[in-house]
Amino acid sequence: MNGLLLADGGGPVIPDFGHGTRCLTHNHWFCKSWVAQHWGDVLQPALVQHVYLVLITVGIGFAISFALALLAFRFRFLGPPLGALGDFVYCLPSIALFTILLPITGVGVTTIVIPLIGYTLFILFPNILAGLRGVPAEVLESARGMGLTRTQTFWRVELPLAVPAIMAGLRVATVATIAIATVASFLIRYGLGAPIFDAIEQPDIFRTELLAGGGLAILLALTADALLALLQRALTPWTRIR
Amino acid sequence: MVASLFIDALRFIPDNAHLLLEKAWETAELAFTALGVAIVIAMPLGLWLGHRHRGLFLALGASSIGRALPSIALIGVFIAWLGVGFWNVTVALVILAIPPLLTNSYIAVDGVDRDAVEAARGMGLTELQILTRVELPLGLPLLLAGVRIAAVFVIATATIAGIAGVERGGLGQIMVNPVTYNRSGVLAAAFCVAAMALATNFVLGLAQHAASRRMAPRA
Repeated sequence: MNGLLLADGGGPVIPDFGHGTRCLTHNHWFCKSWVAQHWGDVLQPALVQHVYLVLITVGIGFAISFALALLAFRFRFLGPPLGALGDFVYCLPSIALFTILLPITGVGVTTIVIPLIGYTLFILFPNILAGLRGVPAEVLESARGMGLTRTQTFWRVELPLAVPAIMAGLRVATVATIAIATVASFLIRYGLGAPIFDAIEQPDIFRTELLAGGGLAILLALTADALLALLQRALTPWTRIR
Repeated sequence: MVASLFIDALRFIPDNAHLLLEKAWETAELAFTALGVAIVIAMPLGLWLGHRHRGLFLALGASSIGRALPSIALIGVFIAWLGVGFWNVTVALVILAIPPLLTNSYIAVDGVDRDAVEAARGMGLTELQILTRVELPLGLPLLLAGVRIAAVFVIATATIAGIAGVERGGLGQIMVNPVTYNRSGVLAAAFCVAAMALATNFVLGLAQHAASRRMAPRA
């Protein structure tokens, strides 16, 4: 559980359901006692690792997407090829990418994060670009009329008006990353996928651990989505005054 | 070292073509059965809701919930609940495929030019006729985009089913079994999964492209 292991296809594993309360020995759906007992050594570390994965992925993914979107915004001809590239990466199944990367980047966070970043690009790049391009021509016209330079127009008009589209993309990318990151644990036990795969590889799937890991992933996704929605509200005060 | 591993993996493909084809077929069987069932369930519902311009909350909510569900956990729950089997996994895959289909069918029809729909209504077409003869052809590109997204997603997830230990679990079974197939076999299976997803994406992308060209206003 604590080390980084290679999955071996679920050979005969001796079930270790802890000290067998009735709930555990009968493999009920959710044994509170197990969760309470193993929060500290199984669930909480996995949750912290998962948050770390998502922060790295979305942070780097956002930086790359933003840079690419700026390029495509300035040089229009770059838009379609970059979009097609993102589309290509997105339809590579994550478990295939993790498997192919493993011999190259080794058993570690890098192997998990690279494909995840690829997926965020597909979501973030088109959203940021659409947001920047979606600013109405009249608005740009009046900005120019007010004497704003090209740079000022970008920072004071185009970027703020693109914030809702950018934030929408960020929410989708974050939620998707939280879900997809669990898949990587079939190769590299890290994050909330670790308890999920540990549970599945028990001969008779260990239901409590499965639900605890999966449930935490869903809760994390919902929490992140809500936080980003609040951030979006804070960043765009003008949308509330109508 | 790494390079030789990849060369071995590429050699593994022709040397074990029969095995890979068989396993790819199993993955395809799982994926496309689930996709078919999901289409039958989600598309009529999405189209009808879109036609009525109702249930935006349901259509969009479905996709945001779908995105947040960790697919492997859902498959695990179904196996723990119903046991390992083709149809049990199919049910889980169907649930995962429904959100993008529902959302895109809704958006496809909801976004059709309302004037075109009004004109059709004025010409005396029934609601069903409006849906099938006006909204469906006009919304076809977006509808196919939904099928494309769902198909690629389901192929990836059907592979996970093999990892979860389903019998006849397709390429995923090879991917979790380096003991039997070597690391080159594992890599080869990963290449096959990627190729399947890319090929499906390409074919459905062509269909989508053809549909949007057919519907583009002629100059």
